[in-house]
Formats: sequence, structure tokens, C-alpha cells
Amino acid sequence: SLISLTSVAFLLRGNCKHVRTKDSPPNICGFNLILVPDIKICRLVNVKTVIPMVQLLNWRRGLFPQTKMAAPLTLVLILSVTIRAVLFRSSLAELISERVEVVSPLNAWKRGLFCYYVLQENNISLFFQTPLVIYLFHFVVDYAEIVFMIVDGITAVALYLAVQNYNKNVFRKQKYALEADRYPHDCLELMRSPKEMHYIPLKVAMFYLLNPFTILSCVAKSTCGLNNAVMALFILSTLKGSALLSAIFLALATYQSIYPLTLFAPGLLFLLQRLYIPVNPCRSRFWFFTVQYSVMFIGSLLVIVCLSFFLLGSWDFIPSVYGFILSVPDLTPNIGLFWYFFAEMFEHFRFFFICVFQINVFFYTIPLSVKLKEHPVFLIFMQIAIISIFKSYPTVGDIALYMAFLPVWSHLYRFLRNIFLVSCVLLACTALFPVLWHLWIYAGSANSNFYYAITLLFNVGQILLVSDYFYAYLRREHHLSQGLYLRRKDGSEATLVLK
Amino acid sequence: MQNAFSSPQAADLGDLRQSDEAESNEDRKAFTPPPPNDQFQEEMVIRPLYSGDIYASFQFRTQWDTDFLHDGKKVSHYRLFPKSLGQVLSKFSVRELHISFTQGYWRTMQWGQPFIPSPPGAELWVWFHHTVTDVDGNWKELTNVLSGIFCASLNFIDSTNTVEPSASFKPLGLGNATDHRFLRYATLPREIVCTENLTPWKKLLPCGSKAGLAVLMKSEKLFHSSFHSQAVHIRPVCKDWQCTSTAWELRQTLNVVFDLYTSGQGKKEWSLFKMFSRTLTEACPLASSSKIYVDVTDNPGVNPLISTAVVLGDRRTYSVYDLTKKETFGQLRSLNLLLRWKGENDMLRPPLHAERYVSGFGLQKGEIHTCLYNSHPYRAYPVLLLDSLPWYLRLYVHTLTVTSKTRENKPSYIHYQPSKDRLRPHLLEMLVQLPPHSVTEVTVQFERALLKWTEYTPDPNHGFYIGSSVISALVPSIVAMDTNSTRDRPLFSSFFPTKEESSYFMRVYTEPLLVNLPTPDFSMPYNVICLTCTVVAVGYGSFYNLLTRTFQVDEPSAPLAKRLANIIRRLRGVPLL
Repeated sequence: SLISLTSVAFLLRGNCKHVRTKDSPPNICGFNLILVPDIKICRLVNVKTVIPMVQLLNWRRGLFPQTKMAAPLTLVLILSVTIRAVLFRSSLAELISERVEVVSPLNAWKRGLFCYYVLQENNISLFFQTPLVIYLFHFVVDYAEIVFMIVDGITAVALYLAVQNYNKNVFRKQKYALEADRYPHDCLELMRSPKEMHYIPLKVAMFYLLNPFTILSCVAKSTCGLNNAVMALFILSTLKGSALLSAIFLALATYQSIYPLTLFAPGLLFLLQRLYIPVNPCRSRFWFFTVQYSVMFIGSLLVIVCLSFFLLGSWDFIPSVYGFILSVPDLTPNIGLFWYFFAEMFEHFRFFFICVFQINVFFYTIPLSVKLKEHPVFLIFMQIAIISIFKSYPTVGDIALYMAFLPVWSHLYRFLRNIFLVSCVLLACTALFPVLWHLWIYAGSANSNFYYAITLLFNVGQILLVSDYFYAYLRREHHLSQGLYLRRKDGSEATLVLK
Repeated sequence: MQNAFSSPQAADLGDLRQSDEAESNEDRKAFTPPPPNDQFQEEMVIRPLYSGDIYASFQFRTQWDTDFLHDGKKVSHYRLFPKSLGQVLSKFSVRELHISFTQGYWRTMQWGQPFIPSPPGAELWVWFHHTVTDVDGNWKELTNVLSGIFCASLNFIDSTNTVEPSASFKPLGLGNATDHRFLRYATLPREIVCTENLTPWKKLLPCGSKAGLAVLMKSEKLFHSSFHSQAVHIRPVCKDWQCTSTAWELRQTLNVVFDLYTSGQGKKEWSLFKMFSRTLTEACPLASSSKIYVDVTDNPGVNPLISTAVVLGDRRTYSVYDLTKKETFGQLRSLNLLLRWKGENDMLRPPLHAERYVSGFGLQKGEIHTCLYNSHPYRAYPVLLLDSLPWYLRLYVHTLTVTSKTRENKPSYIHYQPSKDRLRPHLLEMLVQLPPHSVTEVTVQFERALLKWTEYTPDPNHGFYIGSSVISALVPSIVAMDTNSTRDRPLFSSFFPTKEESSYFMRVYTEPLLVNLPTPDFSMPYNVICLTCTVVAVGYGSFYNLLTRTFQVDEPSAPLAKRLANIIRRLRGVPLL
């Protein structure tokens, strides 16, 4: 074994030289384990890890060559634009734009157009949508289709770049951890390789652009696409480390639909992490940055709200948009939990349950931030998913945004417990939504309970999906600290349980 | 053609306008003379309709000479004017009040035009005095008070079905108030009219139903009819033709259409007794005039007792019977009129009529079509269309289209007030020019809302009634209209003021709509609350689980025997196994 060790050391040193001669900048290469001193390498290497180690070292070349990925991304963009353009021109477009699963009162194009019309003709401010979006209508109303396709493209590219950036960070962290020998030695198979990560950004873009939910949402001209674009830009600017842009986009997203307020916590955590500021209430630097970020956020929110005020000359939009989101007066069926619940609610409990259901959306922020403070990007994913499940007027476009992140967590696949079941449930529900809607509304042979049952199942499916990913993420982190093959005290193979 | 009058003798009142004044004065001397400033008139018009049905229209007019427009003047002396209404007027500072209860729908195309149109159900519109500060508060109290006075569900009028029309409902009395903030308009299309509404209405008459024409109002006959409408109109009018001072006018109208043709085995005849199962014996002693007009335009001939009047763009001939004259009743002291006729009478096609329907299928969306027919052969004229739709039809006004003769006909004026959920209905008013001899179709799309389960009416799957559209127009008249307001005219032709000879005012109501809404399952609120809360709890539980617990290696617990042994060993102080 001594001989093999020395040969590995030789091998490593050879690689070192090779890279040095190629003179690749370490921050792009991302994986520059080879630059560490020999002693450390020798310490890392033991019999079990030799082979994977060598592999890890050999993958150094294919790391994030951004230029190579532009062509497939363009192809995906072209493909998605083609699909959308075809659908826009087909007779399906009108049908899709009236599906309750695709549009909610808050983001339906028809209602937006109506508000715009009323504002134009009668000068009456009437809102289902925020004033800025209605003013946007002023410019886009004639070529809405192109705008919505472009917006989807922007979202996809932003997600692509964000995920690319994130993967680089993940890789760098993994490298440092490997260098510091922080991982147990049997965890090498949990290590992420550049090869598998290579296509993740492209997959994310594809998941967003070619997801039927996004396509439907875009063809219905739901303003949900705009909200998703703002969220994607927020994620991108956060991951790129621009605190100001991040705060501005977060303010925009919050302005659009209150709920993204919960993304403040992951945004802040990520930026703190990036600046190497520990989350420690005793440190002044922590408070300084937190206050700075909050001021930027609140400031831009105020600017946007005041801008809306100056555009309209009245504050009417605040009760009619945010009151509409929070008090759920419109019980039009959708895929969420609110509509039937509040249609059937006893009048004197209504206020109580509205409070409970709305608090439920914001409730998870603090515990999740505590639990995931080292992993703000996963926290962003969790928050977006929780918002899109528990918000008052969810549509499939909201689901598409968090589903785009699923390829990022493809390495968690081995820890997912019931992904097959959940994906079957989600697929079956998606197919059953229009069927039961037809039976209830058009055929009259079913009643509202049928559609309601499907929304329940769909939401259970989503909850299971998200909590499964959460479980897998925590479990992987546990294995990364404790080792993959755990043993009991008596030496037999252990099973992990949550206690 | 055969005319037969069972009354042995009928008074000749050919030129009623000249003889009226003197005769009524004579009457007053005979009974307790009312002070000269209050007066009461009663009148009935009977018109055989084109379809063979008989249209009977009662009008009772009470004029109350009191100077109400001066603020702070308290009126406590009532003679002919009903005190209950007088107090309402002064308490709520009402300027004009129009209320109608209608059972059935007036079929314009078969029956022609009614003298005073009204929509199915209840309709109430009120102009308040311009000194009123809290119009909505007054309106709410007023509807509740009227609800008590008329035994009707007017208390269901609230902000969700009240609108302020900007142009369609102008004051019919004196004064040209134009600020529509003081106007309130509401309809209850579902209101069912029956005896309990008729009795309080009859009580408002000075003679009640004891004497005069009101004797004929037996409810079992009146409600056994195709159409029944009763109304109360209160407005300020000129006291005399110089208009130096003003007075209140209370008009109580009752319109009935009897289906005597099909129920009478196809015989074209009517008599007072057949319609009302009563005959007349006297006029109301308090009435200054009491007349029956029988439309004999289509049955010219024998009858010499003729007066003509231009009403609703049509010159009609009437036989007139003055009940204040003893000769009218003859020796039997009872008046029963009977008319038989054979010929087909030709109806003057109404120049304007309208119909409305909902198109589309399913419970998600729909489209309201309103068709406006202008049958005038060569004149185009503008009409005002008023639609007041409840909030649960989410109207998309940007989809409004107006087409006539397959071409777009852009309304020259659109007033739209958007609805607010559970607060305010939609109000859509527009001015549309109707080309001659054309159909104009107004369509607008809507979406049906899902309501809270407590907001549905009983029997929710029956659907929701949507009130009639109101079409108001100045219709060009073929015959010259009588514009001289100082002349004494029969009541039925003097309700709507005419300003010019060439046109007259006409109001048409469309059918009310019955719209189905999607319904939740009313039987399972508990189930829904439990199931939805379970799903939320599943979410909460799984996140809570993952947030609060940590991963640990599952150490199997010792077998039961070993644990027991260890307890005993611990007690004994021996080392554990």
C-alpha cells in the first residue's frame, strides 16, 4: 500500500504541474485541489479514496466553460419561443387564458386589460393588479405576446446564470472542505463532480422554459410570468453578490405580491455568507450589514409605492391589491387551498382562519432560516415552494418557478423517499384538473367537491415533494458530517431516524 | 262589430274639458267640501289589446297643496294625502319617489306600450332634496320604512343593488335637478307581488276600497291575471298653470292585463263584472273627477260618447263615463260595462322595444346580449341604456360591443361604474344611436363568481335574478304630441311631461335575467374545514418534524426481559446486564 500511496502522490504532483503549465485561473477552474501542498494531499489519500480522488482531479478541465453552453441555451430558447408562438397562434390560446389553474384574479390578462380599460376610459382606478403592471400594459398591450415570451426568456437566462454561479460556489466550498479534511472519508460518493454539474444550469433553464406549466402561463399571458422574472432577477443579483440590485428586485417582487417578503431572510443570509460575516447578533458588522440591506429594501419599496401613488394620485391600490391578496374576497376556484375553504367557512370564524392561513405562509421563514442558515440558496427554494403552495391565489406559473430548481438538487435523488409516488400524484392531478372542472362546470355531472378533492391532493403532493427535498438535503448534510455508512454501537449497519 | 252597454243610460261627456270644472264644483257642494287646495281624481282606462287580452289601468291622483320646498316648515295637517307617506317625505327630505311592484312581464310586442312602464319585481327610485347630507343613510332608512308601509322586501335594498344613474332617470316633476348624487335607483327582480302588497296600497287612497273605482280591486281577480303592476309616484308639480306655487302630486297606478280571450273560449268580449266580479255604484265622494275611459279606436261606430287623446305617439278614441254624474249609473244605480267585438284590431307597432338574454354554456362565463329594436321606418334616434348588474357577475366592460346592421355602432356616451365585491353593483349606462328600422345588439362578457355559501339565496340552483335593463328614449312621434301642460288632460296621458310635439318620452324594460352561478356543496362545511386544515397540518407537521428533530442512529431498545431484569438488578444494587 505504501507503493500505491507514493504512486498516487506522483500522479497528483504530475497533475499539479500540468495545470500550472496550463495556467488556468483558479476562480474559473473552481477545482484547484492540485495547488495544495503535497503533505495535505498525502493526508487526504487513503486506500478507499484513491480512485475517486484521481477522478476528481481529472475532471478539472471541463469546469464551467461558459462559452460552450451558450449554444444549447440558445437552442432551448428558440425551441421554447417556437412552442409559445405556435400556441399563441392556435385556437387553444383563448381556452388556456381562461383556465382557472393558469390564471387567478390577480394575474389574469383579461382582468388587467379591464383595469387598464377602466383607467383609460373612465379614469377610475380599479385594481386587481399593481399600478406599475397596469402602467406597463400601456406599453405592452399591443405586442403582449412577444413581451411575455421575452420575459420568460429573461427568467430562464437569469436562473441559468444564477445556478451556474451557485454551482461554482458549491464546488469551491466542497473543495475547501476537502482540503480541510472536513468530510468523513466514506463520503466521497456524496461529493459532487463537475461532470454531473455541468448540465445543471442548462437543465434549470430547460425545466423553466419547457415546463408545460410555464408554457401555459405564458400563453395565457398571466402576469405571473412577470413576477417570476422579478424573482429570478432577485436570485441572480443575490447570487452575484449585488446587495443593492438584490434589494431592489426583492422590493419589486414584494410590491407585486407581498409574499416574496419572506425571501428577505435567505437573501440577507446569502449576502452575509458571501461577505464572510458570521450570523452573530453580538457582532456589529452583522448588524451593520443587516441594517444596510433592510434600508435598501425598505427604501426601494417606498420608492416603488410612492411611484405608484404619483402615477395614480391615490392610495386606493393598497387596499385593493394587498387587501385583495390578504383578505381573499374572490373565491374563484384555483389550485390552492383558500377558495373552497373560505367559500364554506362560517362567517364568525372567517377572520380567524384568514389570519391563520396567511400567517402560515410567513410562519416558516424564521425556523427555516435558523435551520438552513448555512444554505441560503436551498432556503430560497424552500421559501418559493412554500409561497406557491400556501399563497391565496396560486397558479401553475408559481409552481413552475420552484420546479425549475429541482435539477439543482439532483444530487439529493438518492435520499428522496417517495419521489415516484409524488410525481405520479402531481401528474395525475394535473390531468384531472381539467377533467373534473369540465364535469363540474360544463357537464354538471359532478359538483364542486370533485375539483376541491383534486386541489387537496395536488397540494398534498406538493407538500410531500418539498418536504422530501428538505429531508434529503438535511440527510445529505448529516452524512457529510457523520459519514455515509453509519454503524451502531455493536457494529451492525445503522438506520437513521429523526428524533 | 257590436257594442253593448248594460248601463241603461250613460252620460255624454264628449267635451269633458270644458264641463269638468263646473261639475266637480257641484259635487263638492253635495258632500263635505274639501278645502279647495287639495284634490283627488280617479280614472280607469280599459283597452282591448291586440292579442285579445284586456288591459285595465287605474290611476288615482291626489294633489296636496303644501309648500314643502321651504326648509324647516313642518306639515302636520293631512286631508286627502296619506299621512304615512307625507311623514316619510318630510322626514327623509324626498323630492321625488317612484315605487312599483310588478308581477309578470309586459309583452311590448303583443300588447303595445303600457301607460306607465314598470319592470318585473319591485323598483324604487328616489330623488332626494339637495340639502340632504347623508344620502345613503336616508336611502337606507327610507327603504326600510317603505318596506313596512308596503309589506314588501324593500329592506333587501342595500348598497349592493343601489346605483346612481347619471342620465336615465331624470326627475319627472318640477325642478331640473341634475346632480345624480341625490338620486338612488334599485330593483328587486325577485320580489313577488301579492295581496299583502295590494292591501296597504289600497289603504293610501282617500276612499280606501270602500267607494269609487277602488271597489273593483278584488285581489283574487286582480292576481288572476297575466300582468299585474301597482305603483306609487310622488313628485312636485305646479299648483296651477301659472306655476306660481308648487304642490305634491301622488299618483297611484294599478295596471292589470286580464287574459279573457283564452280563458273565455276565444270570445272577444269583456265586462267589468267579468273582470273584477263587481260593478260600480258610485264615485269616490272625495274625488273631484272620476271617469272611465274605454278605448274604442278599433271599434268605431255606435258610441257617441267620445273623447280623443294622444298618448304614446298614437291618437286614440275613448268613450268616457263620468261616475260623478248620476245619469251614468242609471236607474239600477249600478254601472257594468260590456264590450263585444269580432274584428281583428291592428296594433300600432311600438317604435322601440328591447329584449335581453344570456348566451354561453357552463357556469364559468357568459355573455349578456341586449337587442334594441327600432321599428321606426325612417327616423334614427338615440336611446339611453341602463344596466345595473350585481357584483357577482364580473363584467368585462372592455369586451363591450355594440353592433347595428352588422356594423360597429360606437356609443357616444358610456358611463361605467365598476363594481366592488359585496359592496356595489356594476352600473353601465350608454347612449346609443339606433338607425331606422334596425336591430342594435349590445353584448358584454362576464364571469360568474363563486360566492360564500351563506351568500346564496334559498334554492341556489334556481339561479339569480338580474334586474331589467332600462331603455329610455325620446321617440319620434307620428302624430303631434300635446305639449300644452296647462290643459286638463286625462291622467293616463299626462304622466311623462312632453316638451315638444314631434317626440315623446318612452321607457322600456327588458326581461330580467336568470343566471346560474357555480355553487359549493352546502352540506359539507365541516368536512371542508377538516380536510383543508388536515392538508395544512400535513405541511406544518412535516416541516415541523424536519425543523425540530435531528438525525440519529436508531439504536434498538433492549428486549423486555432484559429491561425487567435490569430494573430488578438496579433495585438489588447489582451491576446491570
